[in-house]
Amino acid sequence: MDKSGIDSRGARSGAEKFGASRSAMGGSGGIGQSVTREEDARFLTGRGRYVADINLAGQAWGVVVRSPHAHAAIRSIDTAAARAMPGVVGVFTAEDLGDDLGTTAVAFKRVRPDGSPIFWRAYPGLARGEVHHVGDPVAFVVAERLDLARDAAEQVLVDYDARCAVGDLEHALAPGAPAAWLECPDNISHVHDIGDRAATDAAFASAAHVVRSRYRVSRVHAQYMEPRAAIGSYDAIDGRFTLYCDAQQPHRVRDILAREIFRIPTGRVRVVGVDIGGGFGGKGPQMLEFRLLLWASRRLGRPVKWQCERSESLLFDEHARDNIHEAELALDAQGRFLALRSHWIANVGAYVSSDRNIQASFQNTPGMVGVYDFPTAHVRFTCVLTNTPSLAPYRGAGRPEASYVIERLIDDAAAQLGMDRVALRRRNILSPAQLPKVTALGYHYDCGEFERCMDMALEMGDWNGFVARREASRARGLLRGIGLSNPIERAASPGMEYAEIRFDTRGRATALMGSKNHGQGHETAFKQVLATHLGMAAADIDYVDGDTDRVAFGVGTFGSRSAVTAGTALVIAAGKVIEKGRLIAAHLLEAASGDVTFEAGTFRIAGTDRQVSLKEVAIAAFQPERLPAGVEPGLFENGMFSPEDNTYPYGAHVCEVEIDPQTGTLEIVRYVVADDVGTVINPLLVKGQIHGGIGQGGGQVLMERVVYDPETAQLMTASFMDYAMPRAADFCDIEIAGIEVPTDRNLLGVKGAGEAGAVGAVPALMNAIIDALAPLGVTEFEMPATPERVWRAIQTAPRQP
Amino acid sequence: MIRLVVNGQARQADVEPEMPLLWVLRDELDVKGPKYGCGIAQCGSCTVLLDGAPVRSCSVPVAAVAGKKITTIEGLAQNGVMHPVQKAWIDHEVPQCGYCQGGQMLAAVSLLQKKPKPTDADIDAAMTNICRCGTYARIRTAIHAAAAAATAKRV
Ligand code: FES
Ligand code: FES
Repeated sequence: MDKSGIDSRGARSGAEKFGASRSAMGGSGGIGQSVTREEDARFLTGRGRYVADINLAGQAWGVVVRSPHAHAAIRSIDTAAARAMPGVVGVFTAEDLGDDLGTTAVAFKRVRPDGSPIFWRAYPGLARGEVHHVGDPVAFVVAERLDLARDAAEQVLVDYDARCAVGDLEHALAPGAPAAWLECPDNISHVHDIGDRAATDAAFASAAHVVRSRYRVSRVHAQYMEPRAAIGSYDAIDGRFTLYCDAQQPHRVRDILAREIFRIPTGRVRVVGVDIGGGFGGKGPQMLEFRLLLWASRRLGRPVKWQCERSESLLFDEHARDNIHEAELALDAQGRFLALRSHWIANVGAYVSSDRNIQASFQNTPGMVGVYDFPTAHVRFTCVLTNTPSLAPYRGAGRPEASYVIERLIDDAAAQLGMDRVALRRRNILSPAQLPKVTALGYHYDCGEFERCMDMALEMGDWNGFVARREASRARGLLRGIGLSNPIERAASPGMEYAEIRFDTRGRATALMGSKNHGQGHETAFKQVLATHLGMAAADIDYVDGDTDRVAFGVGTFGSRSAVTAGTALVIAAGKVIEKGRLIAAHLLEAASGDVTFEAGTFRIAGTDRQVSLKEVAIAAFQPERLPAGVEPGLFENGMFSPEDNTYPYGAHVCEVEIDPQTGTLEIVRYVVADDVGTVINPLLVKGQIHGGIGQGGGQVLMERVVYDPETAQLMTASFMDYAMPRAADFCDIEIAGIEVPTDRNLLGVKGAGEAGAVGAVPALMNAIIDALAPLGVTEFEMPATPERVWRAIQTAPRQP
Repeated sequence: MIRLVVNGQARQADVEPEMPLLWVLRDELDVKGPKYGCGIAQCGSCTVLLDGAPVRSCSVPVAAVAGKKITTIEGLAQNGVMHPVQKAWIDHEVPQCGYCQGGQMLAAVSLLQKKPKPTDADIDAAMTNICRCGTYARIRTAIHAAAAAATAKRV
């Protein structure tokens, strides 16, 4: 059994378990069961197939020449020497691309502080006269072999006229700072407000207490273990492009390439997504290399492959987070929250190519009022340009920041007002009776038992026994701290998804899914849905996703949406299979269709033992002579689902750390989570997702950070030597329990589980660290909590241990 | 021409002697189980066993391993029967995206050869490969399970 197992712990604490009877419905291998994964055998024998493992006949290799300057004009590019290198088949610059490629665009209507329109620039295919960050693509070299392409890339001579650059958020806003774009001297791309400013200001004016804090959320990289890769191929005979890639949203990649980049009919582009070595939000649909590969393939008449190196990945992939929060909490004399006010200052990098690149700064931020009862709130966003790569969603995409602000602010308020952290949360937490509720920042919470979840986590983490453990640590010369967070996140926002169930003439089914798996275990989970709804065994179903020629429609996997959207689409498709199957079964059984029931894969005349299996019905569907009049042959059914509103998974994390004041080293000694993700399709998968989220959220707090020199905007952390990654020894076991409060916003009652771990971990861990340092008088500390930084904080603390 | 023994088979590759073993395996010999993650011996995705000991093949020049026995993840199962570590990995549902797992399992196999009953501390010290999906807790559990299964077999 999984060591993080909720089962034993749940029994001890009287907590409900994930996969409780409520959701363990029907058939073996169905919803709610800890079925192990279909895809594992492939992965565990070295037969996973990732893009880098694929080679096409006649393929050449592409290498992107990238700018070494953070901000410069290009005087000239001399490609002659590169062209003369052995094995080179093409060296291309913006001039060669001409007007062949369009760009993506920002759709949001935003404004700058003076009311002028938002400043944004999309990446052109290759730099047109200027570069705006280190790594900005300047030329594309294609050769017979990768090593030859690399050698030739070094011979592309670019004459740059370097300009002043800005590499950091605070530096960009300082008076007299250089401009990331000369056309935008103040570096402000746009500003944006949510909530009620007037009401919030009024509440602050009359508050008994106001608590103010400033938090910095560091810049990080998703660091999927598989660096991005793609192969572009053009078939001149049918005039079609094919792209093999590791994007999380293959259909969106196709749509963008067809509509915005090549401006051709959608059917002329095929995108094939194979196994993906992690994405976490970062493997988005608009990556620039896709268009370069396809364009070069058309030009050269052969497939072109590109494989990113880790350092290149840090130079050019979209980064994440990187924001500053000036947050204020207004309370009355009894500690009730009156209002929340915050200024969210977001680094948006140099290029804002589409809404995706400013997504983290708006879409998930209303979660900042958390699970608490706020009469009013107001958040202002200032989105700031710097000479760094674009920012984009990563495990939470604004949710961890929102949760970080409110959960830290509550701890700060408790400390400043001399109140208990738990009691302050309890005083303000929303009760089930207050739901459904539209929050002060506009989210529409439907259901949840927030306090119950918090209590479960406090009990699992033995919150009340902490004082004794702190004393025991102190006796050993160690500082011990405990932290709590009550994260909530918006998941599965309105947006379509597609599923199809296609039977063949021998009665075997294929499930074709619009949402692309990239490590979540979709194949297993969706087969469980079919086990429950159609009584089918996993072995009787083939599974397809990621290929836009095979799956009619799709949106993709992001924002904790697949179980909700694709899962429900699959239930809808299954319902249509049963509906049509019932007509056929009734005919085969010589009964009225109203008398035929369906259960566990079998149609039966109610109250009799006369029955026919779904498989037999599917076979009959392809034999017109066995069909009732008016029933069309075949059994191919699809489902589309677009939720009307978001779901709101939530939970509570309790984390305990021990710090050695001599060295600043920090150990997470206890970590517990109580979560409600609605109906649990597969407890093993859900817990795996929570582990992963905590690993990433925890990694950010403990050690990860992308660093740019503020003045030169040179990247200082371009490899795993400089960018620290969490490893096995950095985490203790994580204990996970849950309650299931199904939502009625979809047919499965699921809420989404992909991001929950990260959203809760960032504040819980930091609250624990600050609690550990609090006896020394430390009240402020910014991530990452590397030993050096912790040690320095201790050295400069008002009191010594 | 460099001769290697890969998963029990004699193979040869006509490559520069300093070419990293990872790329010889992947690009010359079509052995795709070892994965590229960083190229600087930091992540462990490229781990293979060299005469039973884990090495990071991205940072090993092929000339240094001429004639040695190399086991990649493809060579772990014997006669179609999965290695106990692979079985434990399935039973405990370790993989998420799967990319790092070949390297993780080979590191685990080597650990269990040296320490048939490893403690958590042994595991944390030996298992330094990165898993971005954060499967560390399950890797730990699966290693203990594989150790227990091996002990049970010997009794
Ligand atoms: S690729 Fe060899 S250790 Fe990362
Ligand atoms: S399973 Fe994805 S990196 Fe380890």
